[in-house]
Amino acid sequence: MKDFAGTATLVRLALRRDRVLLPVWIVVFVAMAAGSAQASIDLYPDVASRVSAASTTNSSPALVSLYGRIFDPTSLGEVSLFKLTAFGALLVALLAAMLVVRHTRTEEEAGRLELLSAGVLGRYAVVTAALIVSGGMVIVLGLLTSLSLIGVGLGVSGSLAFGLVWITAGLAFAGVGAVTAQLTEGARAANGLTAVVLGVSYVLRALGDSAASDGPRWISWLSPIGWSQQIRAYAGDRFWVALLPLALMVILVAAAYRLLSRRDIGAGLLRARPGPATASRWLRSPLALAWRLHRGSLYAWGFGFLLLGFIVGNIASNVEGFVTSDSARKMVEKLGGVEGITDAFLSTEMGMLGLIASAFGIQAALRLRSEETSLRAEPLLATGITRSRWLASHVLMALFGTSVLVLVGGLGSGISSGASLGNMNRQLPRMLAAALVQLPAIWLVTALVVILFGLAPKLVTATWALFATFLLLGQFGPLFNLPDSVMNISP
Amino acid sequence: MTSAIVSSGLHKSFGSTHALDGLDLDVATGEVHGFLGPNGAGKSTTIRVLLGLLKADAGEVSLLDGDPWRDAAQLHKRLAYVPGDVNLWPNLSGGEVIDLLGRLRGGLDPKKRDDLLQRFDLDPTKKGRAYSKGNRQKVALVAALASDVELLILDEPTSGLDPLMEEVFRQCIEEERHRDRTVLLSSHILSEVEALCDRVSIIRRGKVVESGTLAGLRHLTRTSIQAELSAAPMGLDRLPGVHGLDVEGNRVRCEVDTAQLDGLMKELSEAGIKSLVAQPPTLEELFLRHYEDDGVALEAASR
Ligand SMILES: Nc1ncnc2c1ncn2[C@@H]1O[C@H](COP(=O)(O)OP(=O)(O)O)[C@@H](O)[C@H]1O
Ligand SMILES: [Mg+2]
Repeated sequence: MKDFAGTATLVRLALRRDRVLLPVWIVVFVAMAAGSAQASIDLYPDVASRVSAASTTNSSPALVSLYGRIFDPTSLGEVSLFKLTAFGALLVALLAAMLVVRHTRTEEEAGRLELLSAGVLGRYAVVTAALIVSGGMVIVLGLLTSLSLIGVGLGVSGSLAFGLVWITAGLAFAGVGAVTAQLTEGARAANGLTAVVLGVSYVLRALGDSAASDGPRWISWLSPIGWSQQIRAYAGDRFWVALLPLALMVILVAAAYRLLSRRDIGAGLLRARPGPATASRWLRSPLALAWRLHRGSLYAWGFGFLLLGFIVGNIASNVEGFVTSDSARKMVEKLGGVEGITDAFLSTEMGMLGLIASAFGIQAALRLRSEETSLRAEPLLATGITRSRWLASHVLMALFGTSVLVLVGGLGSGISSGASLGNMNRQLPRMLAAALVQLPAIWLVTALVVILFGLAPKLVTATWALFATFLLLGQFGPLFNLPDSVMNISP
Repeated sequence: MTSAIVSSGLHKSFGSTHALDGLDLDVATGEVHGFLGPNGAGKSTTIRVLLGLLKADAGEVSLLDGDPWRDAAQLHKRLAYVPGDVNLWPNLSGGEVIDLLGRLRGGLDPKKRDDLLQRFDLDPTKKGRAYSKGNRQKVALVAALASDVELLILDEPTSGLDPLMEEVFRQCIEEERHRDRTVLLSSHILSEVEALCDRVSIIRRGKVVESGTLAGLRHLTRTSIQAELSAAPMGLDRLPGVHGLDVEGNRVRCEVDTAQLDGLMKELSEAGIKSLVAQPPTLEELFLRHYEDDGVALEAASR
């Protein structure tokens, strides 16, 4: 037990630190679910309207790969909430994992943990406390969501199952966060690794879900997000599936404890190798330094975008497979034939790609703030570098990085869709163009971060909230019939 | 004598904290100037204003005959700065940081760099996080000392160094003095300042309360005297400048204002001196004298 000494104190400390953050996130998620359900209930009053909406969805590869399949077209709950099932689980999972990293590796990296560890803290206290806070938040969030859905008028069992979808995804990824926090020496890298795991999970699910009915649909079962989704809230309520992500969580937490007991405080398992004794000739300007600082994450993101592009382009070639029912075929013809719907799918996916790329832009621009608060900017600014040159170096990296990502994503999807549709000459330039038109919006978001950094540096991390708002506006704005003026705010 | 740094009437507040409250500082070209004060006195804030990283609310600053806020980048090429808190980039090695900082300042002497690395016993291949606080400080010190600059601004540069390394640091500063470089050395370690500095400015609550050569400052302080005399002394308590007088038969202990030393000595030799121990005032006493009001105030507050 002495390994856990001090856990309760740490939990209180974390709750004190996050006393605003946690309730805000909980309210946002609960409101998102309840609001979305309420709006859909009004929109689909009878079974016929739901069935037609569901079959449209199920025949759209863009929607299926993005959100997943609607298992029961007659189910009011599922038709109302399918957009929030897997996608919402993704967001909850991200939140849960980052919360764990925030209270473990971030603290350790900042050296604050050492201060505490010298007190009466057991070896496992920090991780345990972070897991309790993150898990507790996820459970409260899920239960309140269930209650609010019941309150809106959806079925009790389905609503509980829906809450469980989010809870299980959150708990599983709290475990992922606990493990990545042990592996890397930096919180940034731990979050990056978590995001990769999450991204792969989501893409696996998308691949499985969008496979043809005789295709490899089992791929979805390789993904923790897929498991949560397969609870099938409002469409069978298979509560037993929840055992899978919960088991994963137990395994991951056990692994985190094992890793923790084998490493030193401050160290990771992925140890930094020694670097060069002298700097190479080109490392002689702020821009060169900025490149050094951003290049690692740019390589990782670039690889992710190439992969994503390939997958998107590949799914596009399956589009025809979706168009099986008569009504769907008619609709497809109205939309401009199979070619038209393929284009529509690809352009939706490109929008998504653009949104993700702007996350890179935000992160790169936020580097300005973290360089300043960690006092690393100070010795640089005490040399012959002007403030504007220093600022420009990071801004340029943000703009350059997002351009590269978009280009790589467009290239990947162009090549793979061109190859599978057999018309490379047409697809490649079109996909590149579709990707590149995302750039102005991405740069706008990046510019907002920089302006905020200049005007109110303390608020600059609030840009993530702005980003989340854009994300939600883009995804759910149409559902709520928000006025166009509100929608147009979102790049 | 020209001045490398002149500031007068500097004011800087952070919200309700007045970090600088009319600070005057004058550092002559070619001297090693100690900037002495306890934690929170405003040393780092002053230095940041001198570097143009912060803008003073009021007052004048001139650094190497320029305005540090306006001409920051130009002036910075002629100086090197070691911050009090050195943070390094986790994915850059110490050697890379040294080279980068040196190049951004306009170049550094590779021979001197290697020499310093050896003397400070620093491994340049480690990456940011693998360095302890002292080693991070050494990285910044090597980068600064190996640059060819006129002015060194060092903010508590030895706070993380062990005694051996402190000695190396002292030697380095000695060498800089012989090269006629100007050094502003902020510190709260009195012995260091005493050993290295030509002149000292003592800062307290954002104001310089004392400034001058060590000899000059000593003049303001008291020498402590222990003497054994042939006969019991008479009339010592009437002498000006004698404090804490303690007479036990033929033995005398007291403190005397250094300016009044002569008078006391005459009286003592009248009585015949058998043995005498005179301790020169340390900077510590000087320092304590300036801060003892704070101590009294603190005690009063805690009561
Ligand atoms: N960025 C800041 N924001 C608010 N207060 C500050 C800031 N920087 C310094 N201070 C305050 O100004 C005073 C002087 O600080 P500092 O110059 O760092 O002292 P020193 O370097 O002598 O220890 C302290 O009371 C400190 O709390
Ligand atoms: Mg300081």
